[in-house]
Amino acid sequence: MHCRVCRERAAVEVRRHNAAFCRDHFIDHVVRQVERTIHEFDMFGHADRLVIGVSGGKDSLALWDVLHRLGYRCEGIYLDLGIDGYSIESREFIERFVKERDLILRVVDLHDRYGFTIPQAAESTRRSPCSACGLSKRYVLNEEAVKGGYDALVMGHNLDDEAATLFSNVLNWNIEYLARQRAVLPASDGLVKKVKPLVRVAERETAAYAVLSGIDYEVDECPLVAGNTVNRMKEWMALLEHRSPGVTQHFLGGFYNVDSFHAPTPVLPSCESCGRPTTATTCAFCRLQERATRQ
Amino acid sequence: MNVILRHPRREVTIDAPISVDRMLKALDIVPETVLVIRGSDLLTRDTTLGRDDTVEVRPVISGG
Repeated sequence: MHCRVCRERAAVEVRRHNAAFCRDHFIDHVVRQVERTIHEFDMFGHADRLVIGVSGGKDSLALWDVLHRLGYRCEGIYLDLGIDGYSIESREFIERFVKERDLILRVVDLHDRYGFTIPQAAESTRRSPCSACGLSKRYVLNEEAVKGGYDALVMGHNLDDEAATLFSNVLNWNIEYLARQRAVLPASDGLVKKVKPLVRVAERETAAYAVLSGIDYEVDECPLVAGNTVNRMKEWMALLEHRSPGVTQHFLGGFYNVDSFHAPTPVLPSCESCGRPTTATTCAFCRLQERATRQ
Repeated sequence: MNVILRHPRREVTIDAPISVDRMLKALDIVPETVLVIRGSDLLTRDTTLGRDDTVEVRPVISGG
């Protein structure tokens, strides 16, 4: 198999584009896909101050690397979730990445700041660890981005993440979630603008980009991930993609093009505890924190 | 040839020569869910693996 651009031996095949690329041209391909997405969705410009949520995994580190190559002003936030061994190891991957590129990283320790870890929250609330983790990341990353005065919070959700979430929301007809699932969530009172520049890059491609760019990332799965619903959806979607290359991108791209799914963000009341927008009297994060730290 | 698998980490032996495509079929792995790595190289599905090769089959699906 040969590179579509230079005819050298290919390193990565991208079946949905009916193409293969050598190392250098694959890196170019990913960078161009991200750049095109940023422009098409009018995500941000070079004058904006950005902050990316980084986990130590391939997606967020690959995206940060792409934004760095493209010359965007982007700092990072790592939320230490207090998962034995795994959180420390993930942080080490990020700190090496940051040091090699001379980037700025902010670290928030969930336990030090809010008094609980994800394992503690999962145990005391009987939520799945992934649910408590997702809720905490959404809340804390927004909080830090608002306090830091950034123009946008960049997230490393890739094509497969977004398609799997869409698949799950359609299977369960979660209309409210469907209305909020977009590549760009505009800023509103108490919520920073949130953008997902990897929505055109498949998960396998972000992993390939990381390997070919020499980015050392956390390959091991989180020890608490067993039973994760989105992962199960991704495995099903991978089977569909294997049989029909391109189906994942058509599924997500078609959804983004249907305006009627995307209702304007409603004005939400403030949480009586923390003041951030919520649909309830007390927001889900404050309720999680209250139960996780109850003696 | 040796194949390193993850989640959990383990090694299996496969008869070679064999293509990456056939190796993944033999292991019942969907190609879209992994990278196949030999040293620092990524391998496409038409690459032929020899008896002395060691490759890592690295899963790419992760929770988020």
